Amino acid sequence: MPSFASQCLWVFCTLLEVGVVVCAFARGSFRRYFTLNLYMAASVAASIEGHFVLSHYGFNSDQYFYSYYYSDALLTICLYFGLMGLYSIVFEELGAGTYVRTFSMLLLGGTALFTYGVVHQAQDRMVTKYVAEISQNLYFVGLVLTYVLWGAVLKLRETRARVVQFVLSMGVYFSLYAAIYALRNLYPNYSNLASVLMYASQITDTLLPLAWTFAYLRFDDKARFVPARLAVIPR
Amino acid sequence: MTMGLIPNFSLAAMMPGIILVVSLAALLQFFLSYCRSLIAASVKQPLSPDVRDVTGIARTASGTDFERVIQLLRLCPAHPHDRSEIRAIGTYFRLLGFIRASLGKLFPSLESWAETERGQCAYFAAVALERRIAFSRDMLAEQMHI
Repeated sequence: MPSFASQCLWVFCTLLEVGVVVCAFARGSFRRYFTLNLYMAASVAASIEGHFVLSHYGFNSDQYFYSYYYSDALLTICLYFGLMGLYSIVFEELGAGTYVRTFSMLLLGGTALFTYGVVHQAQDRMVTKYVAEISQNLYFVGLVLTYVLWGAVLKLRETRARVVQFVLSMGVYFSLYAAIYALRNLYPNYSNLASVLMYASQITDTLLPLAWTFAYLRFDDKARFVPARLAVIPR
Repeated sequence: MTMGLIPNFSLAAMMPGIILVVSLAALLQFFLSYCRSLIAASVKQPLSPDVRDVTGIARTASGTDFERVIQLLRLCPAHPHDRSEIRAIGTYFRLLGFIRASLGKLFPSLESWAETERGQCAYFAAVALERRIAFSRDMLAEQMHI
């Protein structure tokens, strides 16, 4: 069974995710950021499903292993849709949203194929390793897409505070997760590191709902920033 | 993959290594920008004369004010919505301190940038203090009413 601290983090994170959806409804922004809220709702559903599998099959079961990694990969794909929603918002005035969405879908398919190719090539590794490897690559592609979106935000002088907060929090989330999975794949035999990374990923899980709740509560849709002043490299 | 700290240089081992380096670099950039976005929201907010007196911030805050303002913040009842942002800004402030102490010695412009940012962190904390004082006053007024 996971430790008490781990279970507390799990419950805390699920409550935060419910909080994001409630805040979105309360602030009348549910439809505006539908794909982001859909991801949060899917994340709550995945948490409940994970708890069900854990209590029925146990922590060390194959069922829990597959449930954890496959729901993680599916949630990442959901987050891609969230990212595409943000692309649509940022590019809505240019009318380029369709092209961006098509490109993102192609990239997503390409990532899955590339990952399968890499794992298939390594004959000495288990095929089940695919799920851990695809998560790492999905998070990395998510990071690249977020980076491109942040570039677009700066270039197009997007000033909506909520959009800027959503994009930056996604950047932090994707980069942290990509780093965690990369470490996991680099050093798969270090059990101490694995347990540290497990906690790190649970803490990372709380970052998005915290940041999004903050964005919903603190800013309304009219709040504006000057994003060029937020860039680390001055523009 | 070996059991050692340096894995074999195969494609399967190199990919996570490259991803790790790029992710950490991107993380730093996104984290800095996110913290600046938190601060940006408070920069335009003027401080009341009371808070200026208490914090000793006359017009612009400096990095040395931060710890003092944080100590004052700890004396006030916590506002339910600002805990995580104050924690994030605290991490950002320490990161800036590290940048100033390490890279700042080599690049003087980086040192002055880090100092300006530290000052903005202090101003952010002062704005949070102002909010907490207002929150405490509201709570007290409610209790008096009851």
